[in-house]
Amino acid sequence: MRALVLALALVAVPTWLGAEEKVVSGLSEDRIEITANFNGSDLLIYGAVSRDAPPPKDSSLDVIITVQGPSFPVNVRRKSRVLGIWVNTDTVTVDSAPSFYAIATTRPFDQIISNTDDIRYSVSIPRAIRSVGAPRTIMDSQNFTEALIRIRQKQGFYGLQDASVRLAQDTLFRTDIRLPANLVEGVYKTRIFLTRNKQVVALDERSIYVRKVGLERWLFRLSRTQPAIYGALALAIAAFAGWAASAGFRALKR
Amino acid sequence: MQIYLPIAEVSVNAFLLFGLGGIVGILSGLFGVGGGFIITPLLFFVGVPPTVAVATGANQVVASSISGVLAHLKRKTVDIRMGVVLMCAGIAGSTAGIWLFNLLSRSGQIDLFVQLSYVLFLGVVGAMMLQESIRSLRRAKRAVAPIKRSQHMWVHRLPLKMKFRTSGLYISIIPPVLVGFGVGILAAVMGVGGGFIMVPAMIYLLNMPTKVVIGTSLFQIIFVTGFTTFMHALTNQSVDILLAVLLILGGVIGAQIGAALALRLKAEQLRILLALLVLLVCGKLALDLLLTPGELYSLAPVGRG
Repeated sequence: MRALVLALALVAVPTWLGAEEKVVSGLSEDRIEITANFNGSDLLIYGAVSRDAPPPKDSSLDVIITVQGPSFPVNVRRKSRVLGIWVNTDTVTVDSAPSFYAIATTRPFDQIISNTDDIRYSVSIPRAIRSVGAPRTIMDSQNFTEALIRIRQKQGFYGLQDASVRLAQDTLFRTDIRLPANLVEGVYKTRIFLTRNKQVVALDERSIYVRKVGLERWLFRLSRTQPAIYGALALAIAAFAGWAASAGFRALKR
Repeated sequence: MQIYLPIAEVSVNAFLLFGLGGIVGILSGLFGVGGGFIITPLLFFVGVPPTVAVATGANQVVASSISGVLAHLKRKTVDIRMGVVLMCAGIAGSTAGIWLFNLLSRSGQIDLFVQLSYVLFLGVVGAMMLQESIRSLRRAKRAVAPIKRSQHMWVHRLPLKMKFRTSGLYISIIPPVLVGFGVGILAAVMGVGGGFIMVPAMIYLLNMPTKVVIGTSLFQIIFVTGFTTFMHALTNQSVDILLAVLLILGGVIGAQIGAALALRLKAEQLRILLALLVLLVCGKLALDLLLTPGELYSLAPVGRG
């Protein structure tokens, strides 16, 4: 028995080391523009595994793909009943939570990556969120993080889709990820992990630039950089519309 | 057709917004109310964040009030002097309101405060309107009873008297200042013009003649909501011009339809309908506060009002 294990190890190790696998990946779009009629986008992520030796026979290859939007701190508030009405009473600030996070895998998540590698690479949704601590008055900060994930999942911002990556002949893979209409501007990071025996063996990263364009961008920028001009513009439009309505109606009456 | 609102950062159906503006326009054409108190809660239901809904609602009221006041100026039914007094007090009130709004949004209680204000004011105004219109329906059926107007003698004993020629009044400026200040706070916090409070206050508290009330109220509302819009744009950056344009467009067309409809329908029945609508919105908001919510937790970005 021991001899067999030794023999296997002798065979397995060199092939394992020799067959170094790399990911070559591509995206259907690396630039997403939010226009006035932007209604979400379907992102196609595809790629191939390149290797200098035949793949090892003793373990199966799996692919995990994550797409992560820019992270921001978030206040998570909890309501409780005060004098008969529901009021926000407790607040926990989560230091950093991605505005969007999607995971696509070839098989159920916990079957293809170990807990250690999940922590090391921050792959799963709870690992992608960073929460340092809650105020001392709140004992159950875990519930707040879970609520954050639950709410964002319901809104379509976070999602884990098992078995949505198609892997052909252990070499070619592809998946579709739906980006919602309410995207936040920024750099979206795409990561492609190859795993064997629940260990990450290769990683490739790409960036997608999401930004508002045209009128959307112009209005947003103006409201942030020149709020006084923006406010005056809002009033001018309202004043003009009010005057035009009254004048137009009078012209119609005549 | 979905449209992405750059400040609210949500994607909403453009026709829905246009329709909302239209419904409010019809209401304002029918009943002569600004419609701010209906549009803001409706925007909450559609998913626009409360801060954006309030600030943009104020912007929409500017447009509808200007459109209305021009007609009144032609008919000379605007007491400009009274309007200026109310306006100055209103701007002071609006400043206080903006400060209150920012303070509350930092502490996470703004949604609650805005909702509570709505439940309170919509409830009171709706109930009063319903009672009044039912009474006038009954009165129309029976013989005409004499209308008693309260005299409020204490109002006439206050100092700082001023002459308001158009209204034919010689009264202290303290009551108008208080009314203007209070409505200014409401405008800032609730995103409304306050016409639905200002009009009864002018008639019953200031004893102004009914024919100048609506024009004067609209006159001062332009400046107060205009100032509110500007301050919200400056401090919260929460005015969404794209949203405002859609609402205004719908509102302008709706107002014409409403004005045409108003000529064909009976006033008392219309007022009962409006009262019921107001109470319905109020009831929905109140239920949200009273019933156990499906989700106890809510998310808010850090560092933005």
